[in-house]
Amino acid sequence: MQEFIASVVSVAFHGTAYGMILYVISVGLSVTMGLMGFANLAHGVFAMAGGYVLTTAMDRFGIPFPVSLAIAFGLVAAASVVLERALYARLYTAGELAQVLFTIGLIFIAAAVARLIYGTLQQPVHLPEYMKGQFSLLGRDFPTYRVFIIAFGAVMVAALWFGVERTRFGAMVRAAVDNRGMAQSIGIDTQRLFMLTFALGSGLAGLGGALGAEIIAVEPSYPFEHLVYFLIVVAVGGLGTLRGPFIAALVIGIADTAIKYWVPQFGAFLIYVATIGLLLWRPAGLSGRTA
Amino acid sequence: MRHNGSYSADSRISWVEWLPWLAGIAAFFLLPDFLSLGARILVYVMYALSLDLVVGYAGIVTLGHSAFFGFGAYIAGILAARLGWTDPLIQLVFAVAGAGVLGLVTGAVILRTRGLTLLMLTLAIASILLEIANKATGLTGGADGLSGVTIAPIFGLFRFDMFGKTAYWMCLVALFTSWWIVRRVIYSPFGASLVGIRENFVRMSAIGSPVYGRLLSVYVLSAALAGAAGALITQTNQFVGLNVLSFESSGELLVMLILGGVGRIYGAFVGPVFYMIAQDQLAKQFPEYWSMGIGLLLVVIVMFARDGVLGILDRVIAFVRRRRQPAS
Repeated sequence: MQEFIASVVSVAFHGTAYGMILYVISVGLSVTMGLMGFANLAHGVFAMAGGYVLTTAMDRFGIPFPVSLAIAFGLVAAASVVLERALYARLYTAGELAQVLFTIGLIFIAAAVARLIYGTLQQPVHLPEYMKGQFSLLGRDFPTYRVFIIAFGAVMVAALWFGVERTRFGAMVRAAVDNRGMAQSIGIDTQRLFMLTFALGSGLAGLGGALGAEIIAVEPSYPFEHLVYFLIVVAVGGLGTLRGPFIAALVIGIADTAIKYWVPQFGAFLIYVATIGLLLWRPAGLSGRTA
Repeated sequence: MRHNGSYSADSRISWVEWLPWLAGIAAFFLLPDFLSLGARILVYVMYALSLDLVVGYAGIVTLGHSAFFGFGAYIAGILAARLGWTDPLIQLVFAVAGAGVLGLVTGAVILRTRGLTLLMLTLAIASILLEIANKATGLTGGADGLSGVTIAPIFGLFRFDMFGKTAYWMCLVALFTSWWIVRRVIYSPFGASLVGIRENFVRMSAIGSPVYGRLLSVYVLSAALAGAAGALITQTNQFVGLNVLSFESSGELLVMLILGGVGRIYGAFVGPVFYMIAQDQLAKQFPEYWSMGIGLLLVVIVMFARDGVLGILDRVIAFVRRRRQPAS
């Protein structure tokens, strides 16, 4: 019994950490998809880029871990603005197929660039000493870094919630998600709004990729391999919301960890089946607004 | 050669349309060293043709078409390697039927949704099959692939030889049959209604077209064709690997189709030919540059030439004709 409780606590803990990473990476995708209706399959590219930026900054330039995280966020956000202005913006009115193909093209390019620069091996993350130990709570030991991820994720959730629900910028984003034409006609510069939210969402993906580089291995196949999970979080959670993807990410993080721990022979099978079931029951996801 | 499947279009087969078949037959005699590559190209043309039906004509954007291709490939492989049913035609029949049923079951479910949800569901279904094929090692061989696939001679007469002669003919005949079916479908009123659904889903529903039933029918047909292509790739390679079910396989196929031109029957012919020959020559030597090239090509096509090689050809022909007119 004692052992069983210990494993439940451990699965819940690691699952929550994984779910937080999934959330930080995917929330941007949910918002940009809800806002622009853009099927951006290349979102994982930004997460992968964040991971590479972090490992490069720390290993090659000896930059401290927290600063590297900030750099991962900033660089990825900046790069995404360039991409958005130069390429994405031209396809907002194009069909779904064009968007899908374009973003698959970006994945191919990004994977090739990553392989040319870093090779096919996964990038090791050298955490600083203060992140390596154990953190004891209620008589149990937890890896410090996972505790940090969960705490960091919780802060991000709070900050995002505040930003979207309580600020002027957030109100503009919500208005544009609900009705783009109306938002535009009352004087909201939706194009600028798109650019900013896209940068923010991609930056968050970069941050999530960097933060989770120890959990989700950073390697060239990253954007293809984990795409299904990011999309599941978004589709299950619902487009254009903050709460839906959060619940979805936590559930998927914990469920995935639990399945890998107790019934590894099922692999990701159960998650896919559950996703299909849920999407049939609610095609717009848990908290999607449009039916 | 642009066939949008419009009802009023001339549906007679023009002389140009026989050229691919002449080329296919000529290739057999002129390029005897490349027959197994040729057979694979023919299979992929067939596979691309099936995708063109759903993506190009019906406008169902799917990321999981490899589910049907892979299902057909594994049915043929398992029949041959595990049950000892080595007759290629029986395998083909079972693969077509199996993939068709899979298309019916999954299509009935996913075609109720649209947009991102549909995209997600197609991807999830292909992922489920991949996961099953990966874990059910006793049946599929798992990550090592399914080897020991033996194929009996066709009608007991034509052996599958190591040069791929028999496989080439079999693929050519199968492709011709599918081309004929697809062409008939596209030029029928049914095909015209598919294009209507693609162009305006709401209006087609409003004028009383049974949209869901139409989409489901074409989905099943396309699945069955993809399953046949899958069985043929198994018989050609005498091996089945997990890659037939992967997301990359679906992605690659989309690349081939867009390269040739989506929503036109011969786009599915041109794309795979270019892609597979280039891949055969370049991919092994320069894997990084190969996938970068594919990525760049996709971006360029989407940005500047969304109707592919044949679209460019159309524009060149139109341009030349316009130049000529004032003179005559």
